[in-house]
Amino acid sequence: MIRYIIRRLLIGIVILVVVCALTFVFFRILPTGNPALLRAGRDPQKRLIKEIEGVLGLNKPLIVQFWDYMKEFFLHFNLGYSYYSQESVRSLIAERLPATLSLTVGAAALWVLGGLSVGIISALRRHSLVDRLSMGGALVLLSVPEFWLGFVFLLLFANDIGKFKILPGAGSYVGLTYDPWKWFTALIMPWIVLAAGSAAIYARLMRSSLGETMREDYIRTARAKGLRERAVIRQGVRAAVNPIITLFGLEVGVLLGGAVLVEAVFNIPGIGVENYKAIQSSDFPVVQGTVLLASSFIILANIVVDIAYAYLDPRVRYS
Amino acid sequence: MSVSEPLLRVEDLRVEFPTEDGVVHAVDGITYQVHRGRTLGIVGESGSGKTVSSLTTLGLTRRQGARISGRILFDGKDLVTLPEDELRTIRGNEIAMIFQDPLSSLHPLYKVGRQLTEAVRAHRDVSKAQARERAVELLGLVGIPDPARRVDAYPHEFSGGQRQRAMIAMALANEPKLLIADEPTTALDVTVQAQILALMERLQRELEMAIVIITHDLGVVAEMADDIAVMYAGRIVETASAARLFAAPEHPYTWGLLKSIPRLDAPRDVDLVPIPGTPPSLISPPSGCHFHPRCPYVQPDHTRIDPALEPLADEPSHYAACLLESDVRKRLWGELGAGKTPEEALVEVGLPAPGAPA
Repeated sequence: MIRYIIRRLLIGIVILVVVCALTFVFFRILPTGNPALLRAGRDPQKRLIKEIEGVLGLNKPLIVQFWDYMKEFFLHFNLGYSYYSQESVRSLIAERLPATLSLTVGAAALWVLGGLSVGIISALRRHSLVDRLSMGGALVLLSVPEFWLGFVFLLLFANDIGKFKILPGAGSYVGLTYDPWKWFTALIMPWIVLAAGSAAIYARLMRSSLGETMREDYIRTARAKGLRERAVIRQGVRAAVNPIITLFGLEVGVLLGGAVLVEAVFNIPGIGVENYKAIQSSDFPVVQGTVLLASSFIILANIVVDIAYAYLDPRVRYS
Repeated sequence: MSVSEPLLRVEDLRVEFPTEDGVVHAVDGITYQVHRGRTLGIVGESGSGKTVSSLTTLGLTRRQGARISGRILFDGKDLVTLPEDELRTIRGNEIAMIFQDPLSSLHPLYKVGRQLTEAVRAHRDVSKAQARERAVELLGLVGIPDPARRVDAYPHEFSGGQRQRAMIAMALANEPKLLIADEPTTALDVTVQAQILALMERLQRELEMAIVIITHDLGVVAEMADDIAVMYAGRIVETASAARLFAAPEHPYTWGLLKSIPRLDAPRDVDLVPIPGTPPSLISPPSGCHFHPRCPYVQPDHTRIDPALEPLADEPSHYAACLLESDVRKRLWGELGAGKTPEEALVEVGLPAPGAPA
C-alpha cells in the first residue's frame, strides 16, 4: 500500500511538470502572450520592451525559462512574482486559498447530505409523488446556470439588494478566524448556490445506485434473516455509496482549484477569481501558480479516492 | 400438538404478479405439507414457481407487489395474513432460507462474522461479544477450519463451498424449525455439492429441522428428500414419497425428468430423452392440461380439460394431475422402462399418436 501511494505521488509530480510545460507553451503562443508588451504602455519603444523582457527574463530561450521556473518551484517552493503587483505568487495563493477552501468544503458537505438523502428517499419510494418532485427539482437545479442562481439568491435574500434582507450579500466574506459568525452567514448563500447542481447529480446517482443494490441477492438474504427494514436499507446504502465516492473526490479536487462563477457572483476573494483576473491581464506567474495548484488538487484527490476505495471495498487491493 | 400435525402446511397457494404484459401466475394453487424432521423436495424447471412459492412462505414476495391467496400454516399461524412485523420475527428465526448463489447472497462489503452476528442479534438479545462467540461456534459447526480467525474474513476470501457453508451457518444461527434451501448446490462443484448435502443432512438430524429443498436436480432430491413434489407451470403435477416417485412415477412430465438424467445402472446404449419444447408462458398458460403442448401422450380432449391433482386408487399418498387413466400410465411407464420410445409405447397400449385423427 505504501509503495503504491509513493508510486502514485511520483506519477503525480510528473503530471504536474507536464501541466506546467503545457501552460508555459500555450501562454507564449497566444496573440497577447508577451507580458512585456502589455506592461510597456501605449506605443512603446522597442528598447523599452526589450528592457522589460530582460527584467522579466523573457529574452531567455523558453526551455531555459521553464528550467528556471521548475528549479525555483521544486527547490524553494517559489512560484515567482506577479508581473503587476510584484507580490509573491505563493503568498498570493496562501491568501486566497482559505476562501476557496471554506466555500468548497461547506458546499461539499451540503450537497452530500442533501443529495444523498433525497436520493435515498427517492430510491426507496420510486415513482411516488416525493420521488417525482425531487427528481423534477433535481433536473431544474441541474439545468440552471449557477451564476444565474447566484443572482436570484442575491436579489431575494441579500441584505442590500434583496427582497427579504436576511443574509449578508456579495462582498461580505471575511476570514473564519476574523469573525466566525460573519464568515458563516456570508457563506450560506454561496454554499447553497455552489452545492445546488452537485446535490442534484448526487440525488439522481444515489437513486439509481441504491435502486440497483436494493435488488441484489444479499438484500434478500438480509430480509430473510429477519433484519429490520432500516438495517436492510443501511446495507443497501453502504453498497450504493461506493461508486459515488469517486465522483465526490474528483469534484472536490476540481472545486479546490477555484469556483470561478460563484466566487465572482458573491465577490469572494478566492483562487478562481484570482486565476480569472490573471488570465485577463496576462499575469503569467499567477496563472501558472493557480493552474499548478488546481492540478495538484485534482491529482491529490485522485490518489485519496483510490486509497479510500481500498478501505471502502475489501475486494480492491493495490500492489 | 399431535405428532401427525405438519409443521408447514401450504393450502391452495396462489401468487400472481401484475406486470405490464399481463398477470404472471407464478404459483397457481399448490398444496403441500412438511413434517418436523422430514425433507420435502420440490422439483421443476426454471420458472415453474418453486422459488416464488418458498419466498412467499417467508413473506419476501409481498413487497414485490405480489397478489397472494391461499394459506401457509406454520406452527398454527397463517403466514399469508400475518402482519409484517410478526412475520419478521419468524424469518431467520423459525424459518431460515439459503439461496442458490452464495457469493451474491452474501454482502460483499461486510465480514462474514458480522453477517452471522446480525442474524443472531436480529432475534436474540445478546451482546456483541456473545453473538461473535456464537458466530465462531456456527462456523465450526458447518465445518469451516480455524473459525476464530475466519470469522473476520470477507466473503470473497472464502471458496464457493465455504460460502455456502457460511450461508448455512447463518441460516442455523437461531436453530430454525424449518430450513428452505433454494438450489443450494447448483452453483457448486460436484464434489462440494455432496459435502454440502451431507452437511445439511447431519445438521437436520442434530437439530431435528424440517427441510424444503428446491432444485431442478433429481439427483439431489434422490439423496435428500423423504417426499417429492414435482412442479410444472406454477402447479404441483405429481407428489409422492421419494421411493415411490422414483419407482413408479405416474406423470409424463416426471417421466421426462427421469429420462433426461443419465443413470449408471442403465445400459450405456439407452439414449437420454430431453423433454421437447420450452416451459410455457405463465401469463397465458396453455389451455386444458398445461403440459399438453410438450406431452408425447397427449389425447384430443387434453387440450380442453384441466386435470386436478388426485390421489391414486392403489396408493392414496401418491397424487398425480394427468388425464390418462392410471392403469394406462402404469403400462406406458412399463413400456418406457423396457426401452421403448414414447411413440412405440403409445402403440403398445393402444392409444393414437398425437395429431392422428381420433
